Order: sequence, then structure tokens, then C-alpha cells
Amino acid sequence: MEEDDLWPLVTGFLALSLMSVGGGIAVLPEMHRMVVENHGWMDDLAFAKRYALAQAAPGPNIMVVGLIGWHVAGPVGMVAAMAAMCGPTSALAYGFARLRRRVAGARWMRVFERGMVPIAIGLIAASGLLLASGAAEGWLPIAISAASTLFVWRTRRSPLWVLVVGAALGGVFLR
Amino acid sequence: MAEVPGKLELFLGFAKIGALGFGGVGPWARHVIVEERKWLTEREYAEVLGLGQILPGPNVGNASVMIGRGFHGLAGALLATAGLYIGPLCLLVVMSILYDAYGDLPRVAPFMEGVAAAAAGMVIGMALKMAFNLKASAQLVAVGLLAIAAVAWLRLPMLLVVAILAPLGIWISLRQARAAALAKARP
Repeated sequence: MEEDDLWPLVTGFLALSLMSVGGGIAVLPEMHRMVVENHGWMDDLAFAKRYALAQAAPGPNIMVVGLIGWHVAGPVGMVAAMAAMCGPTSALAYGFARLRRRVAGARWMRVFERGMVPIAIGLIAASGLLLASGAAEGWLPIAISAASTLFVWRTRRSPLWVLVVGAALGGVFLR
Repeated sequence: MAEVPGKLELFLGFAKIGALGFGGVGPWARHVIVEERKWLTEREYAEVLGLGQILPGPNVGNASVMIGRGFHGLAGALLATAGLYIGPLCLLVVMSILYDAYGDLPRVAPFMEGVAAAAAGMVIGMALKMAFNLKASAQLVAVGLLAIAAVAWLRLPMLLVVAILAPLGIWISLRQARAAALAKARP
């Protein structure tokens, strides 16, 4: 089973990586479609938990890709998924490195950015909503999600607090 | 460019960024690269990150490739990227093993469900923060809301959503830039 899933894992993340304009989280809904809906590698809640695990660890948000790879095809899956997600885009960045002085501050680029950034933020918000609905079994997870939204939005404190309190509330009330 | 780091320094600097970056590495990257090690000025860093955001792929991952190349060519790009991912990846291996062993135990699962709900809220909160910092016009806010509705509620494929909304957003942005330029020319 692991052999069979490795190839779709790699091609799937290759495609996602080239779509991931605006960073890793923006493609989370598409990742969810691939992992949960198309291939049935895990259910909604498992997906939300894997994402949470990646958030609880330091490092780029994109590490969730490695966790999904691990879940599907073990250590080989982790390395393959991360390489597929980061390899081609890193090569692209390498090629573009010289352009940066020409591109930065150009007027057309500011116009482009101003038009695209709201869409990228919308995609990130949609990712959060999908994750929240995956985690929402009963009223307490919904309350935790809402409180965590407010905390991260309205304060400058480390988001780690949210995860710690979420774990404590879950551990006490969700059993 | 203020200071040119050696190859080992480059690797260690990015390793520090990766290891410290709880909840995303963005803020730590700026702190280490600009303030602590003074590899780039604020402006240079903003340029690199801006380009990293437009290209597909993780923003800071792209920035590490470009910064690494700037200092030491291909070797620099590889070292910076390896530094960024090595610490978190090792930790993630350990966490995956623990999670596979204990994650679904009845005693552990409730904790993880609480963390999952909190992490979901973190993403929404971050999007709200970014949205309010942007101070975009009402029309562009509407474009962002359309993106949310299309993806989260209608569950349309992201490529379709971006293909439709990107031209709309850029058109609105272009019109506003023109209007602003006109207002400047004729006070």
C-alpha cells in the first residue's frame, strides 16, 4: 500500500507547490482536498490534528507536508513529500534571485501585490475555517477555535500560549 | 550589505531561525538576518521577502535560497535551506514517532483535539491580523471575502478561484493606482 501511495503523494505535492503563491498555508484547502477527499489518506479530524502537530513544532508552516508524507508512506514519504513541495520552488527562487533588484519597488509590482494579497489572505482564512470545521466535534472545540482566533488577532503574545491552553482544555474537558 | 557571513555562519544562522520559529518562521527570520547578524539591511530584506512571497513556495524558504545564493552561490543556497529545515525536520521525526505510538490513545487524543482546535483558530486569527494591517479598500476586501466563500463554503478548486479573482483584484488595484496618480497630478 505504501508503494502505491508514494507516487500520487509526490505528484500531488509537486502540483501544490507550484500553486502555493502566497506561502504554504494558502494551499491548505487544496491539500485537504487531495489528502482527505480524493485519496482518503486520513479523515477531517486527523488532518486537523496533523496540522496542529506541525504548528506545535518550530519551523516553517510547510512542515505539515512532511507529517502528511510520514502518515501516508513512512519516513520515505516524509522526505519525498518535503522534496516535492520545496524542491521545484527553491530552484525557481534560485533562478529569480538575480532579478530582485529590478523587481523590488517597481510600480507594476506594487499594483500586482495590492491586488493579489487580499486573495492570498482570503485563502489563508479559508484554510483556518476548514481546519476549524475538521476539529469541531461539539461546542468546546468551536469555543477553543474562537478564543484562539481572538487571541492571535488582538494580542502580540506568542501563539504558543494558544496551543498550550488548547491542549489543557482539551485534556480536561474532552474526555 | 553590511556583513558577509562565512558558510558555517550562514548555516548556523538559518538553523537558529528554523529552530526558534514557533508558529511560523517569518518574524524570527527578520530578527536574526537584519537585527542580530546584520547580513542585510531592512530594505534589502524586505526586497528579498517580497520576491519570495510572489514566487510559489514557502516565503522564508524562498528567501533562504536567495540570500544563500547572494553570499555563496549554489553552496550558500543549499546550506541556508538545509539549515532552515534540518532542526524542525529532526524534531518532527521524533514527534511523528511519538504521535503514531500514542496520538490515538484515549488519554492523549483529547489533548490533541484541543490543540487542533486552537491551531485552527491561530490560522484564522493570523489572517484577520494580516487583513487589518493591510488597510485595503472596500472593493479589495470584498475580493478577499469572495475568496473565502469560494474556497471554504462552496469548496471550489483553488486554481479556479485564483484564475477568476486574480484578474479582478489586479484590475481594481490598477484602477485605484491610476485614480491616485490623477489625484496627485491635479490637486
